[in-house]
Amino acid sequence: MSDPATPSIVTRDLNLWYGKFQALRGVSLDIKHGLITSLIGPSGCGKTTLLRCFNRVNERYGYVTTTGEIRVLEKNIYDPDVSLIELRRSVGMVFQRPNPLPLSVYENVVFGLRVHSDSPPTRATLNEAVEKALREVNLWQDLKDRLHQRATTLQLEQQQKLCIARLLPLKPEIILMDEPCSALDVEGTAAIEELMFSLKGKYTIVIVTHNMAQARRASDECIFMLLGQRIEHRRTEDLFIAPENPKTAEYIEGRYG
Amino acid sequence: MSPAPAPDDSPAVMAVRAARRPLWARLGEKSIEGMVYVSGISAIIFVLGIFVFVLKEALPVLGHEDFSLSRFLFSTEWYPTSEASKRYGVLAMIAGTFSVTLLAMVIAVPFGLGAAIYLSEFCGQKTRETLKIIIEFLAAVPSVVWGFIGLTVMSKLIVQFTGAPVGVNVLNGGIVLALMSVPIIVSIGEDALKAVPDSYREAAIALGVTRWQLIWRVLLPAAKNGLLAAVLLGVGRGVGETMAVLMATGHAVHVPQSVLDSVRTLTANIAAELGEASAGSEHYRVLFLTGVLLFTLTFAVNLAADAIVRGIRRK
Ligand SMILES: Nc1ncnc2c1ncn2[C@@H]1O[C@H](COP(=O)(O)OP(=O)(O)O)[C@@H](O)[C@H]1O
Ligand SMILES: [Mg+2]
Repeated sequence: MSDPATPSIVTRDLNLWYGKFQALRGVSLDIKHGLITSLIGPSGCGKTTLLRCFNRVNERYGYVTTTGEIRVLEKNIYDPDVSLIELRRSVGMVFQRPNPLPLSVYENVVFGLRVHSDSPPTRATLNEAVEKALREVNLWQDLKDRLHQRATTLQLEQQQKLCIARLLPLKPEIILMDEPCSALDVEGTAAIEELMFSLKGKYTIVIVTHNMAQARRASDECIFMLLGQRIEHRRTEDLFIAPENPKTAEYIEGRYG
Repeated sequence: MSPAPAPDDSPAVMAVRAARRPLWARLGEKSIEGMVYVSGISAIIFVLGIFVFVLKEALPVLGHEDFSLSRFLFSTEWYPTSEASKRYGVLAMIAGTFSVTLLAMVIAVPFGLGAAIYLSEFCGQKTRETLKIIIEFLAAVPSVVWGFIGLTVMSKLIVQFTGAPVGVNVLNGGIVLALMSVPIIVSIGEDALKAVPDSYREAAIALGVTRWQLIWRVLLPAAKNGLLAAVLLGVGRGVGETMAVLMATGHAVHVPQSVLDSVRTLTANIAAELGEASAGSEHYRVLFLTGVLLFTLTFAVNLAADAIVRGIRRK
């Protein structure tokens, strides 16, 4: 566990290009430990791109170039001795569309344990991990009799909760969420927000949202981005009540849509 | 059956519609519709026509007194031109077809699936384009050319490296057929892997899998139906291929004991003997019956592949 006073994620002058297109411009941030930080901004401003830098999944595309520094849990993630596998173990990610693997509920939850253990984990370890993780995301009551059902047949809300649950057995420090509610209805959204509150403190959560009401309700700190730049980063209440930058004010008044 | 015509079909409406468009336009449209329809069902008609023709030529032999279907299927004695006692047993040829196809698949499946995985998951855009062109080129090589390669190049190599007395045998035919099946397996296998939603890859990568874990735990299970279909279509190619195996397998009617034995396949047997058998003779009809047997085999394999592919789509 890192010291609560030091930020979980630090970026310095981060630039990112997709081919020749620059998607992030000189982004410097300190994301605080144990809080929920929301990333807001108009569509296409680079929220997803920034989030995907923190576990280096952007590099899947061969045409991405990054400059600048990113420190996650006090470790520069571009150091040559960094293991991507370990990085992704401690930095979990939840996607915009729920994407459980085409396996059973049970196998989805223990997938991480299976791929990260050198020797096959025992049945008892797995069973315990499944129950613990599903209880933590409030799915245990609903799914305890259906653990062997294919996860892709669940309701979307349950799928998204499952996608959060499958991160937990790996004991991540940070959970990145990219518009986790955008595929869900109002009730689903409320359920995921509630879940975020219950996870708060145990994990550092970074959530991308284009829903300002959600950012306001659910986050402690808020970062406003525009055209690949970080415009403003403050406590959520302050950012919404008294934005410093006029562009932030325009956005939260709804002028960019 | 609706008792009253729908308002849209009322004579007045029809008349107005008809008046809007000239006669030739309407006739042209009808005839194009007809042509599309005919070409659509022509595939079925041709297949049925061929099957009926082959069946018609074959069936009379079942009535012959000295012909027995079980001997046809389960005897290895093939003496169609013997004066004293003609015997028509194709078991040796069935064994030939199966041994060559099996060996071909043992070689082609790992290579084909490996190449499909490499193309879809590992290599860059440029390499992929180049390799796909080469693979399509391989698929376009006529089978007689493959046979020629088997007969000349491959057989010399086999004699040289294994010390077999003849180089045209199961091994040679298996390798040649494998080379012919690999392009099918690669291109269908690659399609199957490409059809796995990218969100599965992202999910697994974000959970920290290695490349191999991604392939073993996510991609292969998710694409297994398509990959199986790719393999079955490769098998279908093996069972039905004629020219190349005719030239590469040595043409001996013999149940093979090792991969260095010469064999004859069902297809090669028909191709080689049909020209000599006089039309309507028993020999001629037995060859057609062999055709029915082959037709049934390849049909079953293709049907299985098709059912599997359909299974994927429904999901
Ligand atoms: N894989 C990609 N390849 C090329 N351009 C991309 C890719 N992903 C995003 N972009 C571009 O980068 C910019 C930022 O995108 P994104 O981070 O998805 O924005 P947001 O999540 O804020 O809507 C957009 O202009 C988008 O078109
Ligand atoms: Mg986005």
